[in-house]
Formats: sequence, structure tokens, C-alpha cells
Amino acid sequence: MRISSGKLLHALGLTAVVIFTLFPFFWMVSASFKTQADILSSPPVWFFTPTLQNYAEIFADTKVSGAIINSLIVATCSTLLAVILGAPAAFALARYEFRGKSDLWFWFISNRMISPIVLALPVYLLAIQTGLLDTHLVLILIYLTFQLPIVVWIVTDQFKSIPADLEQAARLDGASQFTIFRKIYLPLGAPGIAVSAIFSFIFSWNELLYALVLTRRAVQTAPVVATSFMSGYELPWGKIMATGTVIVLPVTIFALIVSRHMVRGLTMGATK
Amino acid sequence: MSDTATSPAQRRPNRGYGRWTPLWFLAPAVLTLFVIGIYPTIFALVTSFRRYNITRPREGFPFIGFENYVNVLTDSTFWSSLLLTAKFYVTVLPIQVALGLAIALLLHKPGMGLLKSLARVTLVVPLATTYAVVGLIGRLIFNRDFGVANQALSVFGFGPIDWLSTQDGAFAAIVIMDVWQWTPFCALIFLAGLSMVPGEIEEAARLETSSKLALLRHVQLPYLLPGLTAVMILRSADVLKLFDMVFVMTRGGPGSATDLISIYIQRVGFRIFDLGTASAQAILLLILTIIISRLYIRLLYREVH
Repeated sequence: MRISSGKLLHALGLTAVVIFTLFPFFWMVSASFKTQADILSSPPVWFFTPTLQNYAEIFADTKVSGAIINSLIVATCSTLLAVILGAPAAFALARYEFRGKSDLWFWFISNRMISPIVLALPVYLLAIQTGLLDTHLVLILIYLTFQLPIVVWIVTDQFKSIPADLEQAARLDGASQFTIFRKIYLPLGAPGIAVSAIFSFIFSWNELLYALVLTRRAVQTAPVVATSFMSGYELPWGKIMATGTVIVLPVTIFALIVSRHMVRGLTMGATK
Repeated sequence: MSDTATSPAQRRPNRGYGRWTPLWFLAPAVLTLFVIGIYPTIFALVTSFRRYNITRPREGFPFIGFENYVNVLTDSTFWSSLLLTAKFYVTVLPIQVALGLAIALLLHKPGMGLLKSLARVTLVVPLATTYAVVGLIGRLIFNRDFGVANQALSVFGFGPIDWLSTQDGAFAAIVIMDVWQWTPFCALIFLAGLSMVPGEIEEAARLETSSKLALLRHVQLPYLLPGLTAVMILRSADVLKLFDMVFVMTRGGPGSATDLISIYIQRVGFRIFDLGTASAQAILLLILTIIISRLYIRLLYREVH
């Protein structure tokens, strides 16, 4: 069997893509299994005897496990809130025409663009005044600024695809709009709601700037703790990379689940 | 039969069909976004007109009119930081668009089913990687002594580069990490564009010409343009937002080599604690962002207007 050069190039190109996208990830995971001596060897070693020492150390370190629990609390609560607040709004945007609708759209979508530093400054001052600095609540609330737009966008899109006949039939049976929302839209829109929830979770899990500014010791999230390792003379590289792996792994799995919707989530649906 | 059903069990006919019904569904989300988004923005606007250094509370926080804005607009560091952000944008964007298009074409080409699905799935990995962790990985890869970047260079006979401690090296390092993370985004958008080309048109064109370039230019390009617009605008907003990865990798240094705008404002606000000046800078950044997102909506959400 002859393989044409075109096919060979195609295969090589695709292999290069896989290596390009996975290499930094692979390098982090492999470093997390190295001893400090292996990591510091120059030039870097590719083959080594793996060790679980780094993982044992970070899981014994209450700072890291506490940070992961903080991240879980903040990401889960804010995602739930985003869905509870966002799904009804999406229903209104999908089913009603009203004045100011396009302005509302604009506002929701603009939130995707705004640099966190714009809100971090005033929220920091307000958090000091209200005593909310270094609490889960302040992070949960501030994360809603980017989660709500995502939920609203994706769920509106999903709701729009639900046939209007179903609603008509329910109306004839005397169902109120609230019942229609609860009995028809929520169940049929569930896939979209799930996708939007996963995106919300990923974005809040990954967030650093707000967490850096608005937390002190008590509620440091995982990215904050991971970066806090980066000071001092002898950096504990193995621990840093093990922490990085533990942070990245769950969101990568989530992202693989919603990979078909990745573009929609990142562009707010401007391109299909 | 009308849709205003009046069964005796219903105390209020027309339940939930009034003019204000959308309001009930929208109110929770809108009120929340108002409290957490608009109110702090107004607070920042007010702060930007005050002298507000929280390390010197004795002086109070007096209103000083446009003084902060005048200071910011005449501050050469602010402008050079914006300029550097622009330089970063015009450096990463062409690379990401070119590489992204190449990857999209590879993924669009028929054949190689399994390898293609694998490549398609792995594209998601960089996009999901925590930005701060991308910075940590960058610190490891670009280490002068034991980094794999210098090992790769030495294969080609180039000497070790002190990536993170030299101005050009640090800038190149953050460019490379950004290209790694966001090229898949461009690739996925272009791939979506390519798959919008109707099959029969593409088939006919393939029979007409054997030139891939002609196919790309005359048949596929029109379908790629909306995606390109989206990439250009979203990436510009993202570069203005870019903080996590660069903060972890370089903290804006060495010197001001990687002092992008969000890093700079963060330093003025939370290292120097000059929140008045930082707020004025943030408001100017906000205005820039609003212009960008207006553009985005004008160009890409035709259905809304």
C-alpha cells in the first residue's frame, strides 16, 4: 500500500498540532512526578523515575487542600446563583419583545469584555467598608459579573430553539407563564443550562485577579495559593507543578465535556 | 376559546401574561448585575475624582476635580503601558490567526478521521488551562538553567537565552505562552467558518481548480471573515484584560518590559495604593472597552438590530 505524500503531510501536521497543544500540559504533569534534583538538572531530563512525593506533600499541606476547598465553594455557589438568576432572565429575553431589550443585551455582553481590574478597585474599597474582604461571599458575588452574561447568552439561545407550539398548548390548558417556564422551558433547556453552568464553573475556578485582591488568608483560592509558591529562593518546583496539575485537571475534564460548545462559550455566540 | 383561561381554581385570570411579566423574570438578574457591576463602577467613577491614597488616611479623601485624569493623561508610563499592550496585540494576533487558520485547514481536510478527532479535542486543553497555571508552566519552561526552551534552542545550536530576566526575552516568553493558549481559539472559530461552506459548492470548486490558495481565497474566505472579525475584537478586549498569566510569569518586568495595562493599573492601585489615580486609569480603560464591545455588537450581532 502506498501512502501519498499529501496524506503523510496531513498526518504529520495533525501530529504537530497535538504535540503543540499538549506539550506545556505534559511538561507540567511530568515535572509534578519529578524529584527536585531531576527538575533542577540541566539540561532537563525527559526520562526519570517518577515519584509521588510532591502529591503527598501538597495533600498534607492544609494550605493547598484548604485552597482547593475554597475554590470549590466559590465556584459551585457562584455557578448555582448564576443559573438561578440567569435562567429566568434568559426566558424573558427568548420569549418577549420589550423596550430596551437590545440595550440590555449590550450591557450583558459588555460584561464579557471588561477588565477585572476596573471592578477590582472599587469592590476592594467597598469590601473593606462592609467587612466583606476575605469572605467567600465577596468572591461569589463578583464572579457573577462574568458568569451571568455567559449563562444568559447560552440559555437564551437554547430557549429560542424550543418550539412555540408547546407553549401554545400549555397556555390553552391555562398554565401561567411561571408554570410554562418551570414545566416546559427548564426541562427542555436543561442541556443548555448544563453547558452554561460548566462554563461558569471553569471561568470562576480559573480566576486569579479578583481572588488575589479580595482575599487574605482565610479564603485564598487555588490559583492564589499556586502563585504564592512563587517567592523565596529555592522554589519548590515539584510542589508547584503538582498543585498546578490538581488545579487544571478538573477543569480540563469539564472542558472536554463541553468541547463542542467551546467557541460559543468564548465568543458569546457571535459565531456559530 | 381564548388563551385567558378562567378556571375557578385560578383566582387571577391572565396570570403571568401582563405587560410586566418579562420584568419579573429579568429583575433578579438585572438587579444583581446592577449591585455588583454598575454600583462599583459608579463608586470607581467617584473615586477617580478624589485624592484617595489609603496609606495616607490622615489626609482624607478630598475631591480634586479632574486632577487624577490630568495626571494620568500626562503620565508617560501610562501611555507606554498602553503602547506596549498594543504592541503585544499586534505581535500575537497575526501569529494566532496564521497558525489558527493552518490548524483549521488541517482539521477541515478530509481523511485521517481518528487523528483528526484527537487533534480537535486536544485544542480545548490550552483554552481551559487556568491562566495563572499557564504562567507557572511558563516560568518552568523558560527558566535559564533548567528550562526546556533553552534545551530546544541548543539542539539548533543556539546559546542559552536568559528569557525572563531580559527585556526582549520576557516579552517573547509571554507572547509564546499567549500564542499557545489562544491559537486553538482562532483555530476553532475558523474551523466553524470552514464547515459553513456548503458542501456542493466546495466540491464543485475542488473540481474546477487544483489550487488550494484559489479555493481558500474565492470560496472559503467569505465564510471565514465573520470569524476573523470576532477574533480581532475579542482578542483586543482579552489583551486589555490580560493579567493572570503575565503577573505570574514576570510581574510586568524586567523593568517595564511586560508591563501591560492591567498589570500597570493593578500596581498603581494595590502596590502604591493610589486608588484615585488607579480608578481614573480604570475608567479610561473601561471607556476603551465599551468602544470595543460596541464595535463587536455592531459588526457581529446583526440579528439584534
